[in-house]
Amino acid sequence: MSLFEGRGLACIRSERLIFSGLDFVLPPGGALLLTGPNGSGKSSLLRLLAGLLPPAAGALLWDGRPVTIDPEAHRARLHYLSHLDAVKPVLSALENLVFWAALHGGGADGAAAALDRLGLTPVAALPGRMLSAGQKRRLALARVVAAPAELWLLDEPTVGLDQDSVARFAALLAEHRRGGGRVVAATHVALDLPDAQRIDMTAHRAATAAAEPAEP
Amino acid sequence: MSALARIVGRDLRLALRQRSDAGLVVLFFVLTAALFPFGIGPEPNLLSRIAPGVIWVTALLAVLLSLERLFLADYEDGGLELLALAASPLSLTVLAKVLAHWLTTGLPLIAAAPLLALLYNLDAAAFPVLIAAMALGTPSLSLIGAIGAALTLGARRGGVLIPLLVLPLYVPILIFGVAAIDAQLAGLSPRPHLLFLGAILLAALPLAPLASAAALRQALE
Repeated sequence: MSLFEGRGLACIRSERLIFSGLDFVLPPGGALLLTGPNGSGKSSLLRLLAGLLPPAAGALLWDGRPVTIDPEAHRARLHYLSHLDAVKPVLSALENLVFWAALHGGGADGAAAALDRLGLTPVAALPGRMLSAGQKRRLALARVVAAPAELWLLDEPTVGLDQDSVARFAALLAEHRRGGGRVVAATHVALDLPDAQRIDMTAHRAATAAAEPAEP
Repeated sequence: MSALARIVGRDLRLALRQRSDAGLVVLFFVLTAALFPFGIGPEPNLLSRIAPGVIWVTALLAVLLSLERLFLADYEDGGLELLALAASPLSLTVLAKVLAHWLTTGLPLIAAAPLLALLYNLDAAAFPVLIAAMALGTPSLSLIGAIGAALTLGARRGGVLIPLLVLPLYVPILIFGVAAIDAQLAGLSPRPHLLFLGAILLAALPLAPLASAAALRQALE
């Protein structure tokens, strides 16, 4: 059984130590919930897990092997959702989604199904600029669903969503985990992730950073 | 390879739906070049002598004008991170975006160049060389420009920095591009100059995407 592990991770941003000594082990079907105030390094940790940011110390292991050995394989098995939605204003919702799904090896069928799962079918033909903020967010979530990937890295996934959409997404998360998928989510609001491990980022905050205000 | 085709296809579609962006570049090219006769007088001999230089310099400036948009839109809406996280190598993604950039700026410039050559009374015998030189030179402009666009990403007023970074690198293309046409007009072979342009393109083709990809990773950190 393959494990996704982080050992002694540390992150430095603009010569400031954000967090250090962070460990986790994530089995298939597992979920990891990152909590902490603004600026505590939740987003940085997610970027680090995605491989966008090299760790200042420590290592990321997949199945006991450092992910840096084969970064392309690591990228292929993850979906990353930042706080930006990457929706092109002149492409329709479906066109936006089909492009991202195809880059992850998904087909147009998967994209249409994902739109349906998030209740976006009625606006599939609308250009991105006509979508509301919540609809754009749902479209970004549909991107995660549209093509299969083992690891979902979600940064505030439900921000701006109505309750109905949050419930839909919770069902998708549960389905993903039942199929052996892993989730790492950073959030302020309650997210329905049963028996998720929690990492409180303030516990890993470096001593020097703790003395400073969280937001510059 | 299919990822490359998809990115080119998407960027072309985006350009087609926002036609004004690409149209503006060609318009700038034609208008700027058309201004010179007003400034220096309509003497035909003088105009035909400066035609190669004017056409190349304005083409170069027109490409510069379009470079800032190359990665900026994707950077701002979060799409660049996703492209960097796609399974295909980032340098290949850059190559796809550069190809789309050339198709939407370089190619229209080549199409508009004969019009300007006509305006400047350039000897008709030099037209094929002008087209050949631009066909070999403009892809290098897009490729080298991508490095500048990637390096200035996330910098304040990055658009102003791009010309400072990129213009010195454009000088060899300008020199050989103009020299090829001048050689033809003087009755010499334009071949060595065109070969130099080809060599620059062949060097930029693998190196520029690698350098741009490295710069993009830096910008995304």
